[in-house]
Amino acid sequence: MLRIEDPKFLTTGGTYADDLRDPRLEGAGHVTYVRSVMAHARVTVDPSAAAAEPGVLGVFTADDFRDLAPMPLPLPMLPPAMNRTYLADGVTRYVGEPVAVVVTEDKYAGEDAVELVAVDYDPLPAVVDPHDAAKDEVLLFPDVGNNTVLALEVGDPATVFDGCEIVVRAEIHNQRVAPVPLEVRGSACAWEKPDGTGRLTFWASTQNPHDARNIIAEALQLTPDDVHFIAPDVGGGFGAKFGVSVEDVLLAAVSRRLGRPMRWTESRTENMLSMGHGRAQHQSIGIGGSRDGNVTAYSLDVLQDAGAYPHFGAVLPFMTMMMATGVYDIPSLAVKTKSVVTNTSSVVAYRGAGRPEATAAIERAMDLFAAEIGMDPAEVRRKNLLPPEAFPLTTPAGANYDSGEYAKALDAVLEAAGYQALRAEQKRRRDAGDRKLLGIGVSSYVEITAGPEAGTEFARINVHPDGSVTVYTGTSPHGQGHATSFAMLASDELGIPVERISVVHGDTDLVARGGGTGGSRSLQLGGAAVHQGAIETVEKARETASDLFEAAAGDIVLDKTRGGFHVAGSPDEVRSWAEIAASADAEHGLIVDTDFKATGASFPFGAHLAVVEVDADTGKTELIRMVTVDDAGPVVNPVIVEGQRHGGIAQGAAQALFEEVLYDADGNPQSTNLADYAFPSAAELPDYELLLMETRSPHNPLGVKGIGEAGTIGATPAVQSAVIDAVAHLGVRHIDMPTTSERVWRAMNAGQS
Amino acid sequence: MKISLTVNGQQETADVEARTLLVHLLRDSLGLTATNVGCDTTSCGACTVLVDGESVKSCTMLAASADGRDVTTLEGLTPGGIDADPSTWHPVQRAFREQHGLQCGFCTPGMVMAAASLLKENPAPTAEEVRSGLEGNLCRCTGYHNIVAAVLQASKEKS
Repeated sequence: MLRIEDPKFLTTGGTYADDLRDPRLEGAGHVTYVRSVMAHARVTVDPSAAAAEPGVLGVFTADDFRDLAPMPLPLPMLPPAMNRTYLADGVTRYVGEPVAVVVTEDKYAGEDAVELVAVDYDPLPAVVDPHDAAKDEVLLFPDVGNNTVLALEVGDPATVFDGCEIVVRAEIHNQRVAPVPLEVRGSACAWEKPDGTGRLTFWASTQNPHDARNIIAEALQLTPDDVHFIAPDVGGGFGAKFGVSVEDVLLAAVSRRLGRPMRWTESRTENMLSMGHGRAQHQSIGIGGSRDGNVTAYSLDVLQDAGAYPHFGAVLPFMTMMMATGVYDIPSLAVKTKSVVTNTSSVVAYRGAGRPEATAAIERAMDLFAAEIGMDPAEVRRKNLLPPEAFPLTTPAGANYDSGEYAKALDAVLEAAGYQALRAEQKRRRDAGDRKLLGIGVSSYVEITAGPEAGTEFARINVHPDGSVTVYTGTSPHGQGHATSFAMLASDELGIPVERISVVHGDTDLVARGGGTGGSRSLQLGGAAVHQGAIETVEKARETASDLFEAAAGDIVLDKTRGGFHVAGSPDEVRSWAEIAASADAEHGLIVDTDFKATGASFPFGAHLAVVEVDADTGKTELIRMVTVDDAGPVVNPVIVEGQRHGGIAQGAAQALFEEVLYDADGNPQSTNLADYAFPSAAELPDYELLLMETRSPHNPLGVKGIGEAGTIGATPAVQSAVIDAVAHLGVRHIDMPTTSERVWRAMNAGQS
Repeated sequence: MKISLTVNGQQETADVEARTLLVHLLRDSLGLTATNVGCDTTSCGACTVLVDGESVKSCTMLAASADGRDVTTLEGLTPGGIDADPSTWHPVQRAFREQHGLQCGFCTPGMVMAAASLLKENPAPTAEEVRSGLEGNLCRCTGYHNIVAAVLQASKEKS
C-alpha cells in the first residue's frame, strides 16, 4: 500500500518548523545564537554594542537565565556535575557552544547583530583525543577531578583467552560522524498571553514531543500541562533530534522575557557544530579460538569519546557491551568500557546508537580471525553462529535474545550474491593483474530494539459516529510512515477501510502520552498498541451491539468485509460501525485508550554482503553491490520496510566509505558544512538487493521487531570488510573507516613494501 | 530594491534587500514554503527551483537576479495543491509516490524539481545518468534507490 502521507509532501511540501505560519507566531522575534569559536576558554561577553543596534530586541548572556532550573539531564545516570549550562557560563568547552542569544525583528539582522557581540576568550588547553582525555591531565570539569563519565566492565580480561590456541588482536576506530538530517534544528513558541504568561505553545523539530514537553516544562519550572508541545513535520532525526536542546529551552525563556512569540532556525554550520555527532569509539579487540575455526573467546575494550557535555553518547558503550558477541556462540567474554569528555561537540544517539559499534568490532574480529587461520570469512562465521534451537537465550553480556535464524540469513545472502562466483572472479582478476580489484565483505549481525527494558506505548482508537476512525499514537514519525502502517493495523482488526482512518501524532494536547520515535521502537510498541486498541475497540463495540441486538455480547460477530456487526447465525441484520459508535456516544463515538507493554526487547538480525571495486593504482573505491537480509519479523508494509532498509544501508555505507567529523589538535572543527563533509549523493551508491525473511518475536502480538537501524548495523562492517578484502592479497589486514582512497592507497603500498 | 518576476505563472513584485536570497523571497515574502533550505553551501539541493525552465539552487541566487524571470517551485507543478487528483500531477511527482521515493519529505521539493529538469534535458536517461544527474541533491532517508527508480519510471511515462 502506498503512503497516505505523501500527497502533501509532493504538492505543497510538508510543514516543517520554519514553515509554520500559525497566527500565534505573528510578530515573532528571531533568535540567533552567538557561538564559541574556541574549544576551551574562559569567556566574558559584552553585549552592549549589539544591544544598541536598531532592530535588536535583546541580547542575553548566562547571567540572564539564573531563574531557570538546570537543563534536565539527557539520561538520569549521567553525572549532574558535568551537565551543561544553557549558555557558556564563564567557560566554553567546544567550538559551537552557545555563549549569547541575540533577538532581532528580522532574520537577516540576527546574523549582523551576532557580529557585534564582543566575546573575550582567554584560552585554556584543549583536549580533543579521548586517549589524552583519559589521562586526566587537562580537565573539562576541574571540580569533578577527572574526565570519566561512565566505566563498565564484564568478564575478566586476564583470563578470557585461557585455553585458546590462537588469539588475534587489533586496534580499530569507529569514527565520529554527523547525523545530518536534511532539516536542521528549528523551533517556535508563543505564550498564551502577550506578557509571557499562561500556557506555552511550543513547536520543535523533535522525535519525541512528550519528553520534549517535559524538558521545557522542567527547565521553565512549569507543569507539563502548562506546555502544549507540537512536533510539526520533522525533516529527519536519526536519533539526534531526541528531546530538545538548550537552544529550544532558551527560545521559550526569551519569549517569556520579551513577551513576544519567537522563532529559531539554525544554519547547517550550526547544525554540524552543535547538534551533536554519532559513534566516536576507539576499540581494542581480541578474538581467540582454535585453528579449525572455532571461536571461543572475545575481548573488547571501548574508549568512548562523549564530547564536551555527556549525552546519549556517553552511554553508547552500554549497548555496545550488551551486543558484544553478536550472532556468535562465544562463551568467554571480557568487555571494558570508559566514556570520557573532550573539547568537542557532544556525542548523541545516531541511527543504531551503540549497536553498529558492537557489530563493527565483532565483525572485524571475525575477519581477522579468518585471515589468521586461512579460512574463508563466511565459513568462519557460519561455524560459530548461534543455532536456531538455542533460542531464547541469554548471552554472556546478559542480553536476552528472543529469536533468530542466523545461518539461514547468512546462507540466503551468500546464495543470492553468488558468493562462490564472486570469489572466483576475484581470483581471476588478481591472477590476471587486473587493475580493478574486487572485494567481497560479509557481515552477520543481531541488534536490540525497543530495549533494553521491555517498552510500552500508548494508543487511542476513536470510531466516530460517521464510521470514520482516528488513531492517536504516542510515537512521533518523521518519515517512517506511521500514518499508513498504523491505519493498516487498525483496518485489519476493525474491518474499516484505511481511507477512513487517520492517524494523529506529535501533539501533546491530542495524545495523552508517548515515547516518540527512535531506537526502532515504533511498530513493535506503537503499532502493537494500535493493534491492541483496535481489538479492545471491537470488544467494546460488541458490548454496545449486544444492547442493540438484545443478544449476549459473546454472540455478536464482526463481519470485517461488510464493516458491521451481527448476531452469530443471523447475518442479514447488520449494524454498521457508524450505528454502533453513534449508539455508544452520539457526539464522540467509541473511544478506547490503551497502553501496550512488550514482554521484552526484540533482537532483529540479518546478513549483509557488499561488493566493491578498488582501483589498484589510486585506491579509489566504488561500492557496486549490496545484498541484504534484514529480518525484523512479519512485514506490515513492504514498501515502507524496504525504504527503511535502503536508507540505513546508505548511511552505513557512507560511514564505511566517506564520512568523518574531524577536529584539529586545538579542537577546531574541520567539517562544518556539507561542502567539507562527505555526505554521499546518488552517484556514489548502488541499487540495493533486498531479500525477505520473517522470524517472529514472541514479545508482541504482531511478532514484529524494529527495522529502522538494521542498515547502519549490517552494512557498515560489510562495506568496510569488502574494501579490505579487495586489497587483502597485498598483505593488508585492516583499514580504519572511512576507507578513503588515500587510506586504501597507503594500505596497499605499505602492504607491498 | 523593487523587482518583478513571474512565480508559478503569477506576476509578483517585491521590495527586497540587495542581499535577499531568492529562496527567502519565495518562502518569507511569497509564502511558498515547499522550497526548503538544507545547507549554507549550495551542496544539498533542497532549495532547487526552476528559473526560466532550468534547475537552480535558490539559496545561491539573489532575489534581485531573478528580476524579470520566470520561477517555478514545487507548488507550481500542481496548482490544485494537496487535493489535486494524482492523475493531474507531474509524472515525477506521481512516480515518487508510487516508488516510495520520499520519507521525511524535506529533500523532496528540490529533488522533484531537479528530476523534472533532468528529464527535460534527457528524456530517457539510464540509471547511471539519473544518479549523476541528481548528484547535487542530497537525501538522508531513502538511500536514493527509490528516487532513481521513480525518475526512471517517470521517464518511461513521459516518453
